[in-house]
Amino acid sequence: MEASKVIHAIYNDDDVLMNAVKKVKAAKHQIEEIYTPFPVHGLDKAMGLAPTRLAICAFLYGCVGLAVSILMMNFIMIEDWPQDIGGKPSFSYLENMPAFVPIMFELTVFFAAHLMVITFFLRSKMWPFKNAENPDPRTTDDHFLMELPINGNEAELQSLLSETGAVEINVVDKAN
Amino acid sequence: MYTLSNRLKIVSIILIIVGAGLWGTSYYSSHHVTIDNVKTMLAEEASHGNHDVSHAAENTHHNDTDASHAEAVDNHGDEHAEHVMHQIHNRPYSALYVAALFFMMIALGVLAFYAIQFAAQAGWSPLLFRVMEGITYYVLPGALIVVAVAVFAGDHIFVWMNPDMVNPESDKFDKLVAGKSAWLNTTGFVIRALVFIGGWSLYRFYARKFSLAQDEAPEGDRSNFKKSFRIAAAFLVFFIYTESIMSWDWIMSVDPHWFSTLFGWYVFAGMMVCAITVIALITIYLKSKGLLEKVNDSHIHDLAKFMFGFSIFWTYLWFSQFMLIWYSNIPEEVTYFVTRIEDYNLPFFGMIALNFLFPLLLLMNSDYKRIPWFVVLTGIVILAGHYIDVFNMIMPATVGDRWFIGMPEIGSILFFAGLFMLIVFYSISKQPLTAKGNPFIKESEHFHY
Repeated sequence: MEASKVIHAIYNDDDVLMNAVKKVKAAKHQIEEIYTPFPVHGLDKAMGLAPTRLAICAFLYGCVGLAVSILMMNFIMIEDWPQDIGGKPSFSYLENMPAFVPIMFELTVFFAAHLMVITFFLRSKMWPFKNAENPDPRTTDDHFLMELPINGNEAELQSLLSETGAVEINVVDKAN
Repeated sequence: MYTLSNRLKIVSIILIIVGAGLWGTSYYSSHHVTIDNVKTMLAEEASHGNHDVSHAAENTHHNDTDASHAEAVDNHGDEHAEHVMHQIHNRPYSALYVAALFFMMIALGVLAFYAIQFAAQAGWSPLLFRVMEGITYYVLPGALIVVAVAVFAGDHIFVWMNPDMVNPESDKFDKLVAGKSAWLNTTGFVIRALVFIGGWSLYRFYARKFSLAQDEAPEGDRSNFKKSFRIAAAFLVFFIYTESIMSWDWIMSVDPHWFSTLFGWYVFAGMMVCAITVIALITIYLKSKGLLEKVNDSHIHDLAKFMFGFSIFWTYLWFSQFMLIWYSNIPEEVTYFVTRIEDYNLPFFGMIALNFLFPLLLLMNSDYKRIPWFVVLTGIVILAGHYIDVFNMIMPATVGDRWFIGMPEIGSILFFAGLFMLIVFYSISKQPLTAKGNPFIKESEHFHY
């Protein structure tokens, strides 16, 4: 059963937050989500999140870009309208290859970078005109928010979180 | 504190002796090759049929260094045999020079990398400073050996050192080389070399001195560190000029008609890859002995990132140099690559695989960069690839298509590898392995990715 009641612990320092996350994990409580104004180094490891697979995507997208550039240059410069490239033996992709390397490189980078960003947005469920999900606007400024689901252990969580140095602890009912 | 083990000492000395033996034998036997031997050899090769092809290729590229070659059509056979005999004589010199240069550039690259750490006030690397200082101990002996070999070999490697090349009376007179003689002359070569070596050694001496003094300094006294910072910045300016000029003098001038404006950068990139690879290898070696216990896998990860990055940087410069010359196809420039593609096809393209594809694919994954045996494996591939890179820079000009990686080459590699190991590990064993006085040492100990 998905808990509808959650507890929001707010911190105002990333080091305090990191220590809090470690304590909460050590006490074997589930952390639903953490909202931070900037990427906190090592937070994903402390939360025990699985490593990102974005790098694998980037590699595959780069391969696609390389393939597209080879096919494209071969069609444009060799097949469709053969070009004289500095008097080199023409009509052969391989023998004119050095001239195409910059384009092969650029398109590899182009595909990897753009598709990786798009993948990241889709995977994070972010798209234009989407309403912000963060529960407290202060997390876009200078506060850090840790969200924990309550499974009938509200008092225990309250005391644990106040020990970790939270500046504010709110209980929120998501159902409302 | 590392102590130079007897085993390492014996291995180094065996390498030196075996290397010297192999090289000496090949030197001795190549100098007994006479013109009659060469003629017999050429006749045998011709009877095998495929000689015409390589012969034609050789003619195209040797016209530029040997002006008399083309005219003498009548007694071409003799001329050619003599030419081949010279190439055979040149080979031991060139083999020795290539290996000397390769190991010297490793140490020089480490010296530059070390200076960059100080100039940038890097916080991750101070734990590795003693390893770097140890490697840079080889700069002075290594560079002196390179210059000694260059002068000893004379026109066996550097055609412009032959006085006939600049003598208008001689039939070997070369107008282009004569035009460059204000720069390319043996006296100037030696003076410049001594200035470079003097500057590098001076920096190395003071950097080491301040680094050791900082360890002994009382708490809060950072004057030695500040001095290190200042001399590092000054040295880097001196280095980038002298490294460029060094690459023209010691490498590019073997083809005195050819020049490339980014050659200094190209040599620099190759030198840095090897330097960082050797830092990583020695660090992993010392760590496997239970020393350098504060060095964690994030340090190895960073070194591997540099190996990966500089490998790509090297490829970028290699390709930039190649593509412009290939594209414009100007005869006096393009002969350089024509020779390499026709006579050195395997080492020329094989080196791209070793220096670019292998590091690219092996070190791309972030997790692999922190696995020591993976870094060692890639490091060995990179070092082999960059040896071939230096080989490709020197050999085509001196031995033409008479190349092989055989006794003189392997002998020279073993000899200098032994010498390098002995000198570097001797220096590492002299001082504690942690530069404990460095103000960034705490940051380095806690460094984690």
